[in-house]
Amino acid sequence: MKTMEENKDLQTPAAAEPQKPADAAAPAAKPAAADKPAAAAKPAAARPQPKPEVPGENEIKPRLVELSALHDEMKRMRDEEKMDFLELITGVDWGEEGLGCVYNLWSTETGRREYVKAVCADRDAAFIPTVSDLWTIADIYEREVFDFYGIRFLGHKDMRRVFLREDWVGYPMRKDDKPEEQNPLNMENEVLSDTTVEYNRDADGRITETEHVVFAPDDYMVNIGPQHPSTHGVLHFRVALEGERIKKMDPKLGYIHRGIEKLNESYTYPQTLALTDRMDYLGAMQSRHALCMAIEKAASIEVSDRVQVVRTIMDELQRIDSHILFFSCLCQDMGATTAFLYGFRDREKVLDIFEETCGGRLILNYNMIGGLAADIHPNFQKRVKEFIPYMRKNLKEYYDIFINNVIARNRLIGVGRLSLEQVVSGGCTGPSGRASGWHNDVRKRQPYAAYGKVDFKEIVRTEGDSYARLLCRMDEIEQSLSIIEQLIDNIPEGPFQTKTKPIIKVPAGTYYSCVEGSRGEFGVYLESKGDKSPYRLHYRSTGLPLVWIMDTACRGELIADMMAINGTLDYVVPDIDR
Amino acid sequence: MAIRTKRPKIKNIPYEEFKDNETYEKLVAELNANGVNVVVKTLDDLFDWGRSNSLWPLTFATSCCGIEFMAVCAARYDIARFGFEVTRNSPRQADVILVNGTITHKMAPVLKRLYDQMADPKYVVAIGGCAVAGGPFTKSYHVVKGVDKIIPVDVYVPGCPPRPESFLYGMMQLQRIVKAENFFGTTNRKQKDPQTLSESLESIREVVDKQQEA
Repeated sequence: MKTMEENKDLQTPAAAEPQKPADAAAPAAKPAAADKPAAAAKPAAARPQPKPEVPGENEIKPRLVELSALHDEMKRMRDEEKMDFLELITGVDWGEEGLGCVYNLWSTETGRREYVKAVCADRDAAFIPTVSDLWTIADIYEREVFDFYGIRFLGHKDMRRVFLREDWVGYPMRKDDKPEEQNPLNMENEVLSDTTVEYNRDADGRITETEHVVFAPDDYMVNIGPQHPSTHGVLHFRVALEGERIKKMDPKLGYIHRGIEKLNESYTYPQTLALTDRMDYLGAMQSRHALCMAIEKAASIEVSDRVQVVRTIMDELQRIDSHILFFSCLCQDMGATTAFLYGFRDREKVLDIFEETCGGRLILNYNMIGGLAADIHPNFQKRVKEFIPYMRKNLKEYYDIFINNVIARNRLIGVGRLSLEQVVSGGCTGPSGRASGWHNDVRKRQPYAAYGKVDFKEIVRTEGDSYARLLCRMDEIEQSLSIIEQLIDNIPEGPFQTKTKPIIKVPAGTYYSCVEGSRGEFGVYLESKGDKSPYRLHYRSTGLPLVWIMDTACRGELIADMMAINGTLDYVVPDIDR
Repeated sequence: MAIRTKRPKIKNIPYEEFKDNETYEKLVAELNANGVNVVVKTLDDLFDWGRSNSLWPLTFATSCCGIEFMAVCAARYDIARFGFEVTRNSPRQADVILVNGTITHKMAPVLKRLYDQMADPKYVVAIGGCAVAGGPFTKSYHVVKGVDKIIPVDVYVPGCPPRPESFLYGMMQLQRIVKAENFFGTTNRKQKDPQTLSESLESIREVVDKQQEA
């Protein structure tokens, strides 16, 4: 019975294939779809049970590319089809079929999306050609896949573990791996190697190993982290210095790797929601929004208009919260403690609004599949309307106390400059990328929820330095206030929760949804076999590219400026490590 | 004869309003089981009053609870009222380590090392569900199920993340523990010295002997 169902699921998407590209290319179609649920909300309760399962509108169909042709094909797509943004590489264990990756490509010029799949049938010796010479961000994505799946990338210059300990046994994300049994708690300090291996295939088809030196014995090294107050979490940078200038930087991640993606594979869909809030806790609303959206679209659950608008307002409040905290922490890192207190004073106002409606201050647990956990509090609109002029008034103080301050300007202007090419190749989305002139706002490029209905500006600057990144975020606070102002009086009536089946199942297939998080694009890659738990649930971390660009941004800068660059890039470590 | 110890006074919150006074009284009885000198005890009280009102925390935050800790340090909740605002970045200067957030397998040796680097008398507060027992990640392959598996914990503050009020309540509980301790004479050490003096002298002698032989 079950296999029949699965077969049917596999067939139906094929029939609907032609609709798919139109969907991705025409984001304007989405707000129209969002209008529908309000009218359909009432009959939805009496939905016939054996409903034919239609593929979700966010379904993706990765194109299988032969391993030998992968590198050339990716190069062709980048150069000829202008697929300049490598959004995500997801490692997947397909069991019998083998191990492999799914590559998400997005063209910043045309807005077209492409999905490519590479599979390696040999599980014991899995090798896939690298694309890290085409996109710098592939460097870390491929190391992540290696770390969790044991796929080695041919031609990748640095095949070390990055999240798990270097002496870790096994590859935990493989379906047949038993990470707990092989790796009891090891209280020995981790020894970090200074050399790394590159794998290549020679003319006879044999695998060759080349050793590379990461840090030479005579390099002057400074360790920053894993416990450092300014790294915004537990993160370890090994920095090689030339005098006072930074020569090279090697981030070590994984000090807060909590295995969320592996946990998700054993959780039901509503259970997976709980963990998203705890990844990027300053983008809790947005991350959860993305996951809910991915599941809702995949399972064709309709969401009322009211929910869409409330979610939009909440996302923007969260963005303000995050940007205020960014400002406070940057000031604190640079020694301006008074400005830190100013920021936190205003942040508490946002938290008060959250607390009334959601019950939590930081971990909000508000979005649910098909709606919200609770309706908005009766005071919600009043409080938000009080907050908008209050914040506008106080935002001016930020400029007086810190942003226009001569010390802050001297330490930020011209420091840590990133060019447009570096940012695009490094996949730095969000305000950090927009400060270098990259138009990458998901809210504009692929409007979701109620963003299609509101009028707001995408803040883009061209300088690309730390100061531009700071100003970008400050201007975004104003834009967020304006979005909230447009929506707060127009929250439509309707149910706050659509009735869903007691056990939510997503039809078999692969899905991808993304939202604009506080610090960049947050994406959800969902692969389902039609069960009540996901087969693979992978998140596009907003912070991972930002940490990886640190090496580029800091080279040649003073070690004392590293914290300012670090602060303005604004990443959250639990979101990177997951 | 049972020794009567003075009930510690914490500003603005009466003794009866603390929860779990039984555990506390048991702790006090244990600490004073061998009796104390009156003069020394009076001096102790003076020292403990000073110590409990200037506990310097180490800035140690791994995840979400760290943001709440920042909120507690900021203007509205103002941890400075209790004398905890002097956050230290070096474990050598800190009295108390607030474990804010999940401790993973990779982080565990680092946390242990930080704890070992702190000078006695030192305290540990486990803040949030993750530090108490692994929290929502307790089924994970890479999470330590409670920091008490690695280092001794004095106060547990549950919550995900705990509200600032419970944060402060936990810190006040820690103040009570500090006030009950004897500072002079028998310091209430939790950790044994890695080597006693005679042992270390012996090991030095061995090394010297080997060198002479060579």
